[in-house]
Amino acid sequence: MTHILSFTLNGAPVQALVKTSDSLLDVLREKLDVTSPKRGCDSGDCGACTVMLEGKAVRACLTCALTVEGKQVVTVEGLSHNGKLQPLQEAFVSHGGSQCGFCTSGMLVSATALLAKNPHPQRHEIAQEMSGNLCRCGCYEEITQAILDTARKGD
Amino acid sequence: MKKTGVGMCLVLHPTGRKGGGDPSQAIIQLKPDGSLLLKVGAVDHGQGALTILRQVAAEAMDVDISTVYASNRSDDLAPLSAGSAASRVTLVDPHAVVAAANDLKAKIAAFAAHRLEIDAENVELAEGKAFAKDNPHHHMTFAEIGMIANLGQGVILVGTGAWQPAPVQGHDPETGYLDQESVISFGCCVAEVSVDTGTGEVDVTKVVQVWEVGKAINPLLVKQQINGGLQIGLGFALRENLFPHYPDPAHGIESLADYAVPTFMDYPPELIHGIEEVPHPMGVKGAKGFSEGSATAPGPAIISAIHDAVGVWIHEVPATPEVVLRALEAKERDGATDYWSHQERSAWLA
Repeated sequence: MTHILSFTLNGAPVQALVKTSDSLLDVLREKLDVTSPKRGCDSGDCGACTVMLEGKAVRACLTCALTVEGKQVVTVEGLSHNGKLQPLQEAFVSHGGSQCGFCTSGMLVSATALLAKNPHPQRHEIAQEMSGNLCRCGCYEEITQAILDTARKGD
Repeated sequence: MKKTGVGMCLVLHPTGRKGGGDPSQAIIQLKPDGSLLLKVGAVDHGQGALTILRQVAAEAMDVDISTVYASNRSDDLAPLSAGSAASRVTLVDPHAVVAAANDLKAKIAAFAAHRLEIDAENVELAEGKAFAKDNPHHHMTFAEIGMIANLGQGVILVGTGAWQPAPVQGHDPETGYLDQESVISFGCCVAEVSVDTGTGEVDVTKVVQVWEVGKAINPLLVKQQINGGLQIGLGFALRENLFPHYPDPAHGIESLADYAVPTFMDYPPELIHGIEEVPHPMGVKGAKGFSEGSATAPGPAIISAIHDAVGVWIHEVPATPEVVLRALEAKERDGATDYWSHQERSAWLA
């Protein structure tokens, strides 16, 4: 069965024709052409599809599309404003928090949600909070440094 | 009870594929807007091959790196390269890029000499311009040259370059010298672990890694490769089990999700890297490759650290909590200081 789904994506209202069984990831990637959330495992293991739903980091692949009706969804495209990167994104660049880039949009969204919840995370808190995002290139140290750096400069 | 130990591993990592010839080619084309299109065969899967080759091209052409675009989209369309393997790209491919840049510079100089109405020997290229040596104000920018050549005169300005190491000599029985292994990067990993003797769990608490890379063309990429190599080595040592019931192949892993890739939680709270530079005569600017080596050092260092902590050599990886516990049991029972779990398992099956 198909439904018309309306929600706010990166600040702008969007609509899509979706099936009941569609995940938010299906809708973002295939209906709305927003491909920054990656389809890594499609089972919630890897975190590459992480998006923010009402300010909380969620797995787009595990989120039923119809549950976001009328809600705010933010992908990595929504983090920068008018092409200007956020301090966290700048820190990812300067610390080298990305190699192949497949995990990067999920990492940025998870880290943004982490800093919104806890502006001054300790190292072990970052590890715990970010552990659902896998990086096969092994940028964990660089990403941790980028988050710590952003938190320090946020003062 | 938690016991801590420290282990070390030293690595000699031969780079380049010299035994197999290892050819490399590059093409650089001047575009109508004065930017450069660099075509290479090396594949960038995140390690930064294209960044390195763009850096080399930009420096050889004396232009800003932002005006150099690199393409390696498909083997069907790319110049020949032995590929992104054998830690060879930084060692070998820059030679072809420099040769292509020199070829293009000669063609740009000849074209500019004609337009500026001066001798080709009197043309110098620098900072994206061609100018007369005796009168630097008499100049053309690459953008002007690209526009006139491509759109005005219907000329293509393209430089090509190819390079291959000298044919390898056989093994020298007198000195032990082997040409194929003549370019070696040197690495060291020191790992500190904490072993929980109750659960068999191994925590890596601190890792220091240093690599000698000839010349770090891009130190940020070198850092990423050193710290990223730990992820492969750490998974190899402690977590990633391809055949959990080896020698029985049952329940072998079927996808990347099945074997436990290390997460943020597995990375040590203290991770230090170091870069040493001893320029190698074969590399452009003395650079060697090393990246794959960084994945090999952490595994043995961690296993040695476990031995330092609990006095048992674990002769298999991954040293999962089950393996470590069984090794500790075997030590308690028989005083064994070496442990192979598949031997034990084979004994049960027999």
